[in-house]
Amino acid sequence: MATQTLTIGKALNLGLRKAMEDDAKVVLMGEDIGRLGGVFRITDGLQKDFGEDRVVDTPLAEAGILGTAVGLAMRGYRPVCEIQFDGFVFPAYNQIVTQVAKIHARSRGRLTMPIVIRIPFGGGIGAVEHHSESPEAYFAHTPGLKVVAVSNPVDAYWGIQQAIAHPDPIVFLEPKRRYWDKAEVDTAATPDPLFASRVVRGGDDVTVLAYGPMVKTALQAAQAAAEEGRSLEVVDLRTISPLDLDPVVDSVRRTGRCVVVHEAPVTLGLGAEIAARVTEACFHSLEAPVLRVGGYDTPYPPSKLEEEYLPDLDRVLDVVDRAMGF
Amino acid sequence: MCEWCHTRAPRDVHTARFEPATPAAAADGEEEHVSVSSATEVVDPVPGAGAPHLPRQPDLVQLLTPEGERVAHPEYAIDLDAEELRDLYRDLVLVRRWDVEATALQRQGELGIWASLLGQEAAQIGAGRALQPGDMAFPTYREHGVAWTRGVDPLHVISLFRGVDNGGWDPVATAFNLYTVVIGAQTLHATGYAMGVQRDGAESAVLAFLGDGATSQGEVNEAMIWAASFSAPVVFFCQNNQYAISVPLERQSRVPLYQRAAGFGFPGVRVDGNDVLAVLAVTRAALAAAREGQGPTFIEAFTYRMGAHTTSDDPTRYRLASELEEWKLRDPIARVKAYLSRSGVADAEFFAAVEAEADELAARIRRGTTEMPDPPGTAMFDQVYAEQTPHLAQQQAEFEAYQASFEGGGH
Repeated sequence: MATQTLTIGKALNLGLRKAMEDDAKVVLMGEDIGRLGGVFRITDGLQKDFGEDRVVDTPLAEAGILGTAVGLAMRGYRPVCEIQFDGFVFPAYNQIVTQVAKIHARSRGRLTMPIVIRIPFGGGIGAVEHHSESPEAYFAHTPGLKVVAVSNPVDAYWGIQQAIAHPDPIVFLEPKRRYWDKAEVDTAATPDPLFASRVVRGGDDVTVLAYGPMVKTALQAAQAAAEEGRSLEVVDLRTISPLDLDPVVDSVRRTGRCVVVHEAPVTLGLGAEIAARVTEACFHSLEAPVLRVGGYDTPYPPSKLEEEYLPDLDRVLDVVDRAMGF
Repeated sequence: MCEWCHTRAPRDVHTARFEPATPAAAADGEEEHVSVSSATEVVDPVPGAGAPHLPRQPDLVQLLTPEGERVAHPEYAIDLDAEELRDLYRDLVLVRRWDVEATALQRQGELGIWASLLGQEAAQIGAGRALQPGDMAFPTYREHGVAWTRGVDPLHVISLFRGVDNGGWDPVATAFNLYTVVIGAQTLHATGYAMGVQRDGAESAVLAFLGDGATSQGEVNEAMIWAASFSAPVVFFCQNNQYAISVPLERQSRVPLYQRAAGFGFPGVRVDGNDVLAVLAVTRAALAAAREGQGPTFIEAFTYRMGAHTTSDDPTRYRLASELEEWKLRDPIARVKAYLSRSGVADAEFFAAVEAEADELAARIRRGTTEMPDPPGTAMFDQVYAEQTPHLAQQQAEFEAYQASFEGGGH
């Protein structure tokens, strides 16, 4: 049977396993990813089967993980780096932004950096500081990087394999609070392209854009809206850089309204860029300004407040109402 | 700087005034430099005579004194034939000439900036010549001497400082990575590369360059932890040139740098960085140990940056002229010349030939620099990605259309 029910976490695990079987140059690196299988168990069992040279329990040093990944990539390897939590990527930020992102251009294409940087991102798990952040805009702002955010087990299974096989460095964002969400995954299917957005629910009144953990929230909002007779079209962006806005533009030209949802603070977040581009492409079709629903411009709050901070079904519907009110 | 490099004798040294480089001074120096051939005298007066030796350093590995005397060391020895010795001298002279020419080119507006290696020739030639063809080197942005030993065309380095590209050489074909400007970042790349060498089962080693300032960087410390933990075949070659731009070593470390290695669990060695023979011997030994699976070594090459940090710097604001004068007497080239002359390994004809070759090299660098074309505007878009994104392709098309809109428009 090629079809099985998988959580996002298990789909990632199987996808990593497949990538390692397909290419002996794939090396996993990270803190606690070997014996422990990672704090979220995404790499569970892989060190046992592939050995310590291919599933490397690294010293506790994120810059070291990325910096040595650069050297391994130069030597022909395909490092897959796990950053344990979103808030811990910043010690590695220098290597990612000044080195990983630029080496292909610096070397005029003589060196490629097929590095995947896996980051469990986003909030909603009741964690302490630095464990719930959404740093995607920093990376999407950096030329030379590509940024992917998966929302479901099917994209997790295929996306991680596609990212590993891709020649450019990819920040691969995993929706940590959805790791346990399940879906049917057909491992014999032909996957969708990695850098393509997807309409996941059709509708006529408002186009709602989301990625990663917020796709589920957007779909819940669409379901609730439908019960009130309002039709939302939901697009899972899937890729943040490059943005694939062609399906979005088609949709917004039809609906005339666009709402972007993400957990990250709204100021200079992905929503800002999307609003600019959608406005430019759909100016004559818009019935309302492109609106954003996101985190507030505060540090991610202590967990007792995160339900207030994070966009949820009600906040999405509230902004949808605003869009309809123009 | 320029003024110093054709100072020929202690007599001159003691009377020379070190002046901050100004365009006028450099232009004068350049003129003089072209017309004066310092190697026409076979035996210069012994350069280090009367000079204070390096501060008391019982652990300093030295095989050739500033006076050009061969000395023995209990752990390190080197046995080079006459041709190898002459080749080292030639390397030293040619990279210095390249460096002087580049400084002059910057003063004349042909380069945006230049990071001079003046005074560090022996450290770089010694380290570079210790590499075997299968080894890989990871430079900072000052390793022109190592680039030379890897067969990198000086113009491919010059093009970086002219603003044409980020280094024109092929880092794979030359086994010499592109320059890394963010301090210390390359030490991690070298360590990762060495981990790849391990996985490949290859018998080669990796040489990571860094400076004294870089030893304060977290990434350098991470690199040394990783190298130790995985016993990676990497050698950390630290040129301690005493200053991180203006900040002296005392602000970076309260222990001699080579002693840091002990804390990471691998050997540290301090070598006279102005002694090409000692540097070659020590680096060869460390690379050999790495190839044999003995893990990393930290080498501190004790040297001095005779010039400015870069052409934008003014070292008179933070260094005493007397310090520079002292180091001039430990010159890395003069001691080799004295040794070659005195031992009969080289004669006047050889020195004249090297000088002539240096003149030719300088002329080629000058010509190649001034004739170097600017890159096409679209070059900035070309290699951002291995697979260009549709969005960037669209930006490039817009850029090209915008540029084309000026054709014949008097822009």
